[in-house]
Amino acid sequence: MAHPALLRWFVLVLAVGAWEVAARAHGSVYFPPPARIARHVHDLWFSGPVRHAFLTSAAVDDILPSLGRLTAGFLLAAVAGIALGIAIGRSRRAYALCNPVLQFARAVPPPALVPVFVVVFAFGTPMQIASIAFSAVWPVLINTAAGALNTDPLRLDVAAVLRLNGAERLWFLVLPSALPRIFAGLRLSLSLSLILMVFSELLPGTANGIGFTLTDAQSRSDLLTVWAALVLLGVLGYLLNTALLAVEGRLLSSGKAR
Amino acid sequence: MLDLSAVGQYYGDHQVLHDITLTVPDGQLLCVVGPSGCGKSTLLRTIAGLLPAREGTVTIDDTPVTGVPDRLAVVFQDYGRSLLPWLTVRDNVALPLRRRGLGRAERRTEADRILDRVGLSGTARRHPWQLSGGMQQRVAIARALVCRPTLLLMDEPFGSLDAQTREDLEDLLLEVHRTDGTTIVFVTHDIDESVYVGDRVVVLTPGPASKIALDLPVRLPGERDQIATRGLPEFVALRAQVGRAVRGQFR
Repeated sequence: MAHPALLRWFVLVLAVGAWEVAARAHGSVYFPPPARIARHVHDLWFSGPVRHAFLTSAAVDDILPSLGRLTAGFLLAAVAGIALGIAIGRSRRAYALCNPVLQFARAVPPPALVPVFVVVFAFGTPMQIASIAFSAVWPVLINTAAGALNTDPLRLDVAAVLRLNGAERLWFLVLPSALPRIFAGLRLSLSLSLILMVFSELLPGTANGIGFTLTDAQSRSDLLTVWAALVLLGVLGYLLNTALLAVEGRLLSSGKAR
Repeated sequence: MLDLSAVGQYYGDHQVLHDITLTVPDGQLLCVVGPSGCGKSTLLRTIAGLLPAREGTVTIDDTPVTGVPDRLAVVFQDYGRSLLPWLTVRDNVALPLRRRGLGRAERRTEADRILDRVGLSGTARRHPWQLSGGMQQRVAIARALVCRPTLLLMDEPFGSLDAQTREDLEDLLLEVHRTDGTTIVFVTHDIDESVYVGDRVVVLTPGPASKIALDLPVRLPGERDQIATRGLPEFVALRAQVGRAVRGQFR
């Protein structure tokens, strides 16, 4: 039996190969073969000078602003979600009171809220960051609250007997207990952040970003660039999720068998 | 001196403990025995100040217990949950020292000293889940002892350990009791264990509304020894007496 990781890559290579063959056979302008898309991605963004880490000026103009908004929005959501989630999850009553509101807020499809933020902030980066943060905050918040609420009651007795103060109880007990749930929430929030990043850049009034590249290329019927942007988004999402999993692995490894 | 006067405890309308009156002099090792579900743990939680007494009063040295008293420590049965898996053995043991205002280095030294004492030298930097059950319970005992408690409460501490480990830890407890003179309230459902470690055994009646069925001083000659003590005629007689009380047969 082959190594599972190898097998996973094998399936990916096979799928891309099939796509390549089908696209070449068909010759449609709407579905260019992956090899051409890859070359276009390289030409557009990664053929720059060495001292710019091979990034072209187009990459600096498109990818970096998007990443900046994504990071800012996601970090805001993570900090606010963890802080509020812990606050709500430390009391069963607060959790019961807030839960219907949280479930309602989560049930609203995040992109539907973007028009509201357009009105509040006008177009531009603050509106985009606010859209990302406000959409991505709910999964972390809800998961953190549930995680904090389910702190082992015996451990709370232990904390009482050891007479830990509020901050110590939070740092040594509640936060580590909630950590697996916090990360489950963060993973959901990260993928929402990526969705909202693209969506908020599709709106008029945006002058840069991967989402802007996408609509701009579409208006010029430049299908190759549209595909290139899609590939870039997929790779970006994959890399960000991998990075988050690595952080999670490091933080949770010492608390095995909790 | 620990004093319980007419303590009654309820879960909702369901009475768990009824009219528990008990005085534990300083330095005594009191064993509380009873069938499961008789409220032994509730009694311990009441003494620890984790559960306010619904009826009656608990006092330590004439001070009523309202919260967790100072210089009290508890060892729980479930070491896997009572130790924090994300902290090292040393950090677990040093945790109660934080409120004593000791610096980081002093906390480490104290923790390592107490780990040596319970026979865990060299495990300080490992995590609890990397140790055997018996060693984990030793960590929990070290954490309880690190603040030099005057009253130590133990809730079926050796209940989930194998026989050999259990005997080793019973002897460790007796050694700690002998040298420190700590007052200990030791809850167990094991009749043999209660007679072996206790200076005195109190038997509770089966619930609901458990009360004291038997209050028996344990006088055994000589230093206790797992093989010799358990073979003594006095030991056998005491064990039979406690056993009958647990089964509800009074004379």
